[in-house]
Amino acid sequence: MNTPIISVSNLSKIYKSEATETVALDNISFSINKGEFVAIMGPSGSGKSTLMHILGALDVPTEGKYILDGENVENLTDDELADVRNRKIGFVFQAFNLLPRTTALKNVMLPMRYAQVPAEKRQEVAEKYLKMVGLSDRMDHTSNQLSGGQQQRVAIARALTLNPSIILADEPTGNIASAQASEIMQIFQDINEEEGHTIVMITHEPDIAGHAKRIITVKDGKIIGDKKNTKQAKAKR
Amino acid sequence: MEELFEIFTESLGTLTLNKLRTGLAALGIVIGIASVITLISLGQSTQQAISSQIQSLGANLLTISPGSQNQAGIRSATSSTTLTNEDAQAIATSPQITTVSTVSPEVDSRQQLTAGRNNTNIRVSGAVAAYAQVHKINMDSGDFITDLQNTGSQAVVVLGPQVVSTLFGDGSDPIGKSVRIKGISFRVVGTTVSKGGSGFLNQDNVAYVPLSVAQRQLMGQTYLNDISLEAKSQDVMADAQNEVGYLLLSRHKISDPTNADFSIFSQQDIQNTVAATTGTFTTLLSGIAAISLLVGGIGIMNIMLVTVTERTREIGLRKALGAKKKTIITQFLIEAIILTFMGGLFGIALGIVLSAVFSNFLGSAFVLSPNSILLAFLVSAGIGILFGWYPAKRASDLQPIEALRYE
Repeated sequence: MNTPIISVSNLSKIYKSEATETVALDNISFSINKGEFVAIMGPSGSGKSTLMHILGALDVPTEGKYILDGENVENLTDDELADVRNRKIGFVFQAFNLLPRTTALKNVMLPMRYAQVPAEKRQEVAEKYLKMVGLSDRMDHTSNQLSGGQQQRVAIARALTLNPSIILADEPTGNIASAQASEIMQIFQDINEEEGHTIVMITHEPDIAGHAKRIITVKDGKIIGDKKNTKQAKAKR
Repeated sequence: MEELFEIFTESLGTLTLNKLRTGLAALGIVIGIASVITLISLGQSTQQAISSQIQSLGANLLTISPGSQNQAGIRSATSSTTLTNEDAQAIATSPQITTVSTVSPEVDSRQQLTAGRNNTNIRVSGAVAAYAQVHKINMDSGDFITDLQNTGSQAVVVLGPQVVSTLFGDGSDPIGKSVRIKGISFRVVGTTVSKGGSGFLNQDNVAYVPLSVAQRQLMGQTYLNDISLEAKSQDVMADAQNEVGYLLLSRHKISDPTNADFSIFSQQDIQNTVAATTGTFTTLLSGIAAISLLVGGIGIMNIMLVTVTERTREIGLRKALGAKKKTIITQFLIEAIILTFMGGLFGIALGIVLSAVFSNFLGSAFVLSPNSILLAFLVSAGIGILFGWYPAKRASDLQPIEALRYE
């Protein structure tokens, strides 16, 4: 029995400037179930970034409903949105977005600080997830001492710490070399299959999208394709 | 509380990352606080020096000065002849006067003193024995002018320490030697202990001769330049002022006190005037220093605004990961407060050093009021909150997507 963890209905996002109205998302509806690994694909300007911002509770839709893990993300204040992001969403950004000159361990502990997890527990959890992404020997390295792939793995560990409803990855391999990209995809597949995490990944690269179990294609603010990926690519070990 | 402590250590880390900038930002506060502390300390030490000098002129002291008599709005030109020896005598003996313990009639003039080849032009006071009591004069050697010398009009002189060294050289004993004033030879009978003071307060460059000798032989006058009184205690100063005032008014046959041909000052009046003057001066200087503190605060705000712009991405990330507005505001506010507090600490240290150096240089006592330090501390923390608030608010209002996109 699959319950939708993301439920989007008739969602539109319209940017208004003085002269023009830009429709970034045009009446989109879909749902994602718990445990899915979905890639959202589309060329630049297709509206996939806008979609990612709304799914990530970084932005609110102009029209339509978005229910994330049973919570209606609508008419929430900035602080309430911050709370939803903190508890329900694990972000993995294209540019990693780690705190500069801060150790991997401290970076991973940051969301737990905002969730007011007791200090003793934070370190324990952070160490566990850093070990999981294979960085147990790099915990005290600052972010500028790590390679792109390593930084992204720290970011994944950071995304996992509060056991979020979804992992939201925005072009997670966009800034790293292909060999390391494959490692990242392998981690995603592991946490999806072994830990049952729901992953939503935005990308414009078809071979990266090929690692997902389901591919949603967006163009001009509309969904033009939504299919199961029967030939899921297995990342090389 | 634990959260605050974590934000605090994190902010401290951020500030130490860019030491030069942190130092420069805090410099304005350092200078501002240091100048406030230095100027307050200097003002207070000057005030204290002057008031202790005035105090050393004699405690419970009242001075009667001759003044002009107003007749139908016209000031009499013969102003300074209104106080006489008889007035002083009356004050000393009248049964109406109950609160005055000692009366010292005095004359003053500048005279040329000669001893051998040395000479000096100084103030010579005509004094009676009570002078030493009223003006707290202590003898280094010999004795002060006695009443016997006064009634006998003996040509004797008591010298201040500075006069001794000018006329006879340092460390010499002039007792029994002679000094010539206006062609009259005076025998030195005593020297006084140094009292310090400078300018019109200098009491070391003075010579004392019997009042009768000064009036008749040196100055050729019968009136007095002033009468100094010692009240029985600090509490009866006002009573003494009134009693003496009424006695002199009736002796001078003046019915309207506003027409009095004399005036009575108390030590307290002079001290209050001086304190008010130096107080105004201190306030003025501190005000100028406060402006530099304000400029320092604006410097802090400027740096914090630059920091917010520079760290837009970081702020966006923190908000994306769940930081609330309050958390971001607290973080930036604490950074600003640490900056101003550090500036305040260094400023206080610098201020203490500067006031010590200046007071040493000026030869005045080193005064440091804990109040001014407390004030400086509170002001620097206040500036941190005041000028840190706006940048912190701006940081917290950043939208996470805008902030994350920012390159």
